[in-house]
Amino acid sequence: MIAMTTTWPDLIVFIAAAAMAVIGALGIITYRNPVHSALSLILTLLGVAIAFLEQEAHFLAAVQVIVYCGAIVVLFLFVIMFLGVDNQEDVTIEPLVAQRPMAYASVVVTMVGILAMLSRGGWSTGAQVATGASPSGAENVQAVGSAVFTTYLFAFEATAALLIIAVVGAVLLARRDRTGESISEGADA
Amino acid sequence: MTIPESWFLILAAVIFGIGMFGLLTRRSALIMFMCIELMLNAVNLTFVTFSRSLHDIGGQASVFFILVVAAAEVTVGLAIVVAIFRRRQSTAVDELSELRG
Repeated sequence: MIAMTTTWPDLIVFIAAAAMAVIGALGIITYRNPVHSALSLILTLLGVAIAFLEQEAHFLAAVQVIVYCGAIVVLFLFVIMFLGVDNQEDVTIEPLVAQRPMAYASVVVTMVGILAMLSRGGWSTGAQVATGASPSGAENVQAVGSAVFTTYLFAFEATAALLIIAVVGAVLLARRDRTGESISEGADA
Repeated sequence: MTIPESWFLILAAVIFGIGMFGLLTRRSALIMFMCIELMLNAVNLTFVTFSRSLHDIGGQASVFFILVVAAAEVTVGLAIVVAIFRRRQSTAVDELSELRG
């Protein structure tokens, strides 16, 4: 029944992307070394990028790889190695009483809530959307660009200010106080 | 035909749940930041999925802005982690208890 509405290449690509994303996500929360967690994060981000590609969001898939895998994860790795905190965290210790059962319960409640809310929206009927309406390829980039630069122009300008403020804030926060050293240490944004 | 939307939404919910569990259980601030990135990515996947199913490019524009805000958040957050590490020599959030009453 699945194969009737879905071609095998699509199915294989989706299964690969989902496996990458879920395995990477599990790796993040189970590895004790932060470096390994950061590498697992790359796996998850690539899986999500493939899921973007499969839904014809080509621009976002490229941005996902460039910004997340290329910049954010590298920033994580830089901070991990800069601080030298690649020591092993003992994940078996539970400093708060019943923290983990409470976390399990919270996650289960949240996921049941999300799935119940989505199932009421009629998305699980399996109805296929009409193809061709969402632009793909270069048209996708064009559509995203025109939306960002017309409808969301004010928000786009605000993000420019946000990025400048974030960079200045990062420099101010990460610089060493009262040592007279260069302030360029934290300016890795 | 393509993959149904529901599969992507279920995948996003699973990623969100894993990230939430990690955020609630891990104690290293760096790992907690990574789990926040995980949850943001799950939400991004939901946005893109609904953008496809509703034929609205606004969902993808929202993901674009979420990416920018996530980059800014990680920059400032990691700067805070660096500043805390200079003072406490640790990134474990359990040791930040100066405000305990």
